Amino acid sequence: MSTRVPVLKTYKLFIGGQFPRSESGRSYVLKDAKGRPLANVCRGSRKDFREAVVKARAALKDWSGRSGYNRAQILYRLAELVEGRRDQFVAELARQGSSLADARRQVDVTIDCLIYYAGWGDKYVQLFSTVNPVASPHFVFSVPEPTGVVALIAPEDSGLLGLVSAICPIITGGNSVIALASEKTPLSAITFSEVCAAGDVAGGVVNILTGFRSELLSHIAGHMDVNAIVYYGDDMEERKTIQSQASLNVKRVIFPDRATENPYLIMDTQEIKTTWHPVGY
Amino acid sequence: MSTATATAPKLDWSYAPAPESVDPGIKKRYDLFIDGKFVPPVGGKYRTIINPANEQPLCEVPETTAADVDRAVKAARRAYHKIWSKMSGQERGKYVYRISRLLQERAREFAVAESLNNGKPIRESRDIDIPLSAAHFFYYAGWADKLDFAFPGRRARPVGVCGQAIPWNFPMLMAAWKIAPAIATGNTVVLKPAGTTPVTALKLAELIAMADLPPGVVNIISSGRDTGAALVKHPDVDKIAFTGSTEVGKWIMNTLAGTKKRYTLELGGKAANIIFEDAAIDQAVEGIINAIFFNQGHVCCAGSRLLVQEGVADMLVNKLKHRMQSLILGDPLDKNTDIGAINSKEQLDKINNYLQIGQQEGAEMWQSSCELPDRGYFCRPTLFTNVSQSHRIAQEEIFGPVLAIQTFRTVQEAIEKANNTAYGLSGGVWTDKGAKIFRVTRNLKAGVIWANTFNKFDPSSPFGGYKESGMGREGGWHGLLPYVDLEPVTNHKVPGTKP
Repeated sequence: MSTRVPVLKTYKLFIGGQFPRSESGRSYVLKDAKGRPLANVCRGSRKDFREAVVKARAALKDWSGRSGYNRAQILYRLAELVEGRRDQFVAELARQGSSLADARRQVDVTIDCLIYYAGWGDKYVQLFSTVNPVASPHFVFSVPEPTGVVALIAPEDSGLLGLVSAICPIITGGNSVIALASEKTPLSAITFSEVCAAGDVAGGVVNILTGFRSELLSHIAGHMDVNAIVYYGDDMEERKTIQSQASLNVKRVIFPDRATENPYLIMDTQEIKTTWHPVGY
Repeated sequence: MSTATATAPKLDWSYAPAPESVDPGIKKRYDLFIDGKFVPPVGGKYRTIINPANEQPLCEVPETTAADVDRAVKAARRAYHKIWSKMSGQERGKYVYRISRLLQERAREFAVAESLNNGKPIRESRDIDIPLSAAHFFYYAGWADKLDFAFPGRRARPVGVCGQAIPWNFPMLMAAWKIAPAIATGNTVVLKPAGTTPVTALKLAELIAMADLPPGVVNIISSGRDTGAALVKHPDVDKIAFTGSTEVGKWIMNTLAGTKKRYTLELGGKAANIIFEDAAIDQAVEGIINAIFFNQGHVCCAGSRLLVQEGVADMLVNKLKHRMQSLILGDPLDKNTDIGAINSKEQLDKINNYLQIGQQEGAEMWQSSCELPDRGYFCRPTLFTNVSQSHRIAQEEIFGPVLAIQTFRTVQEAIEKANNTAYGLSGGVWTDKGAKIFRVTRNLKAGVIWANTFNKFDPSSPFGGYKESGMGREGGWHGLLPYVDLEPVTNHKVPGTKP
């Protein structure tokens, strides 16, 4: 009697709502704790990143122009989809080295995190806006607006929760994002991109690359059409590279301690716009 | 009443001189203000500051060196640890209020000093720069004991010692923008004014001494060779706040790479001032004048690009020329003066170079026919027509009384042209249609948008740019953020990042 042969999954990049392989044709072999191969993972290239920036820029106008309510519902929808694939995410994390208990906890908190930020979608603007009581006869108000295209160097030590909790505040605020997934645990990132594709996140709003930080970091930080870079990590050399490259176009550089449920993280990738108008007749 | 004379007298519209006469109280020689005392520079050297309107010496200020910067930073560090970070917000606030009140009491004196040193018309220094400076201190003084209410779920902590470097275009106002929020939130400060304009900052040091602020909380130095670099690189400075050129801002970012120093930057701009054909045109003309000729155009948020809808372009440009002819250029201390002196020979050369470039690239230059004084650095109000998007005068910050005019047909075209720049500090929109205002203001990538007005400022209103115009805001609630660290106070759930 023959046993059924399982269908293996191919892990690819997520750019502009599609799943291409790296244009470079390169990949690296991801292994489990016992050294057995788990998957061939795309080794994303500079060109893949550039392509993703083009898609992210193109997606920005629509995404940033949507109502907070609409963006909130889309984040909520992502939570629903992750919930539906809970077993898959748990098993995948376990394959990448998590204990089952940790994997379950990570997936649960990821779902809760999506719900948490979904709730901010139509609220953070109120929390961080002001009407300014100026001394002259003008009506003046200041509101947050998305800074634009954001590059994310996702936490290395948390392939699913780390990534999602870092993406959430960026896209909740109307930005588009290009995330470089954890090098050691990249599989959940690509599976999460399937959730984004199946949810109502328009192509290009979330882009996910896998590959080597050391190879891509300088290029990502130096790209002239990226408005901000969010970096999770404490390697001072990497931070130096990022800040130095970011100076080329005055990129906003954000080094959050860790991704938490926290509306101030939304503000990290927002600009404040102040509008004046005379009061008169 | 006598009967009408047979021959009408010749009309003379020139104004009689109306010089402001208050004593500016400028000393012959200034010293550095470090640790609450006025001390000579380590190197013992001084240099002469001149009045740009007549090229005459105004006073001497220290030639500051890295050793002086180090002394100032050490004083700021001591004051931070020993006094200022331990003082209650309420007491801190009272000191900041004192500065505001003392400045109001001596406002006219400061205004005259500012105009003498900077070249700006007394009308502006008297009605805008100095009152706004006092208002800024007053506004942030009140925040000092209210920070617990400012950030939900967070406790605001000062960041420490702040190194602050400011430009020459609004010497006193920029000092206020920098110092007030920093010290109100519990930081201590080393402030470096620009090379050509240290006078009001050093006069402010006298006020701060008079206010009896604890020694070292505010230290004010002057410029010297590489003083700014020494301040930026000093290892015991926690934060750099800089207002100035984008070029220097990028250098600061690059220099601070790999350190834990924070920074906020308020950099250059090339603002589009958009005039729709349904705007109140006469009001718009006044707005354009204010947008580009305020402070001789030495304004980072100046409306230096004029975008006019085609249907009204010819009429508007004619009205604009007519209005520009009536601008009074001359002695900054004369109360009639609209356009004062360019701050330095260096800046005048830069502006004149752009006038050459503009013509060489094919734009058409027109200048007011006003006479220039015999001495001092002056530039006639200037506009360019036939400007295309790629012209350097449409892309680069000139920082002078020079307006580049382009036209557009549709709302979309106006927005695209306005955003077609690496800068994003400010913008203007003129139309009588409310819905159009919001369509345009929402789509402009800039930090401050003036609709049916321009160049308005208030301490309660945040100011700062998008893109290469910098990061961080000054003014208002948002202006607190660059000077605080936010620590969680609520028992927030923190999802673990370990797998």
